[in-house]
Amino acid sequence: MMVLRIAQHELRRLFHGPLAWVVLATVQFFVALFFFVMLSRFLQPSGWAGGRGLSGSVVSGTLQLTATLLLLLAPFLTMRLFSEEQRLGTLPLLLSAPVTLTELVLGKFVGVVAFQCTALAMIALMPLSLLLGASLDLGQFAAGILGLVLLLAAFAAIGLFVSTLTAQPAVAAAGSFAALFMLWIIHIAGQGGSDRAAAVFTYLSLLRHYENLLDGYFRSVDVIYYLLLIVTFLALGIWRLDAMRSNP
Amino acid sequence: MLGETLAVVTHVSRSYGGHRAVDNISFEIRRGEVLGLLGPNGAGKTSTMRMLCGVLAPESGRIRVGGHDIIEAPQQAKALIGYLPEQPPLYPDLSVDQYLDFCASLHRMARANRAAALDRAKARCGVQDVGRRLIGNLSRGYQQRVGIAQAILHDPALIVLDEPTVGLDPAQIVAIRALVRELGAAHGVLVSTHNLSEVRSVCDRVLIIGAGRLLLDQALATLGENRDSTGFVLALRNPPAMQKLTALPGVTEVVQIDAQRFRITGREGAETAMEAAVAAAQGGWGLFELVPATGALEETFLRLTGGDSPPLQAGPQP
Repeated sequence: MMVLRIAQHELRRLFHGPLAWVVLATVQFFVALFFFVMLSRFLQPSGWAGGRGLSGSVVSGTLQLTATLLLLLAPFLTMRLFSEEQRLGTLPLLLSAPVTLTELVLGKFVGVVAFQCTALAMIALMPLSLLLGASLDLGQFAAGILGLVLLLAAFAAIGLFVSTLTAQPAVAAAGSFAALFMLWIIHIAGQGGSDRAAAVFTYLSLLRHYENLLDGYFRSVDVIYYLLLIVTFLALGIWRLDAMRSNP
Repeated sequence: MLGETLAVVTHVSRSYGGHRAVDNISFEIRRGEVLGLLGPNGAGKTSTMRMLCGVLAPESGRIRVGGHDIIEAPQQAKALIGYLPEQPPLYPDLSVDQYLDFCASLHRMARANRAAALDRAKARCGVQDVGRRLIGNLSRGYQQRVGIAQAILHDPALIVLDEPTVGLDPAQIVAIRALVRELGAAHGVLVSTHNLSEVRSVCDRVLIIGAGRLLLDQALATLGENRDSTGFVLALRNPPAMQKLTALPGVTEVVQIDAQRFRITGREGAETAMEAAVAAAQGGWGLFELVPATGALEETFLRLTGGDSPPLQAGPQP
């Protein structure tokens, strides 16, 4: 219950400012642009889709570009989580209340993920509109949306941890962007190395696991990767808050 | 009337880097008393309060609130505490009502009881007319009062207020002091301040801390605050033997404050100050100051925090 109350508080504060609305509008605008460009290319007889069909080209292409867009926007949503509490001096309110650190971290995490799911619902409506005139591979679409949910939750967990490290929201945003981008492209580091190194770096990459889901491969290893990432960074956040009581 | 013991702080210490901010402090707070935590800036008042409220972990020592250890059973202990930090913990983008409602839910108050608790706390702190306004648009004084409302909202046994009157105008200070006194009747209240008159007007007992150490723990009544002061402080470059001072006409008591300062109390009606000045001039004692005695609290405070005085033992309890 306490987790939901803190999540509700977080959501309310998010929508009180212009940030949430700006993020929603930006997402909607660019996803519509991606979707329109891909759909018009698909309709041209140039063979761009390469026989992949509507689901494989337009839908997964749109979702892939959407993920990149959200990678850029996620740090702005998470930068406030604990940085702002530190800057406003409201952290003592939370720490002196009969609330555990786990409830606190989970509440904030759920609040951000709930907001991201709002944006995601609006994103999902666009590919679904194709159902009016065509048929889609709904299984592949569902795998892609699941991938996006897991990806966004991972962004939120990483951003939440980074925001416990600094009282400056801008620093938290820059820091979490650096961390996300690093994990996004880390598979490149494995290229040209030994097979084992390539396998490790590819496994660490946020993008590779997402691509598998976009292609419609639901493999437990990809889902577990995201869950591990989320649990690890939430645990690091809790650990960091606990350490702040000893070494502020 | 003092009630049960609410909080017990035992041998608590805390360092930042190499600096010892709180050094082996022990004290108790009981229901029905207002305890003043007095000390110069940087003495360790805020650190002590943060540790009492579980925001900062003590390095050594124990803190028990209502019998629950703040580290081992934080939920139970924190449920008994209302805490106003040095900087009021407010969200400027929320309205006063939204903010207080969130605070109430943090303290796990049932939704049904929240409205009544909010009204009561707002009325006590004088913020009932600004419930719908955004906190960020309120004046400093109102923000401070919203911070206090947050601390008393859930009717905690122990109320910890870190410098509650800083930044308020004189009328607001009087109102907040009256509120603190009122709260002290049914709760245990710990108030920190560096304002001596505040301690005198609201506190039952005073803790003086300096450089992290507890220098005094004494009831205000036994500090001689209320006796008629007919004394003065005499400062002499070449002080004579004590006997010469006690032998001055009309003198009833001489207390040495430091090497050159003496607090002299005279009989009612006797011109002790004049006699002392004449004697000083004739004896070549080098009189350079003769001021009416300030209150015992000021004197004790300055004596304890001014020099390298050793820590005192706790004084007698009423």
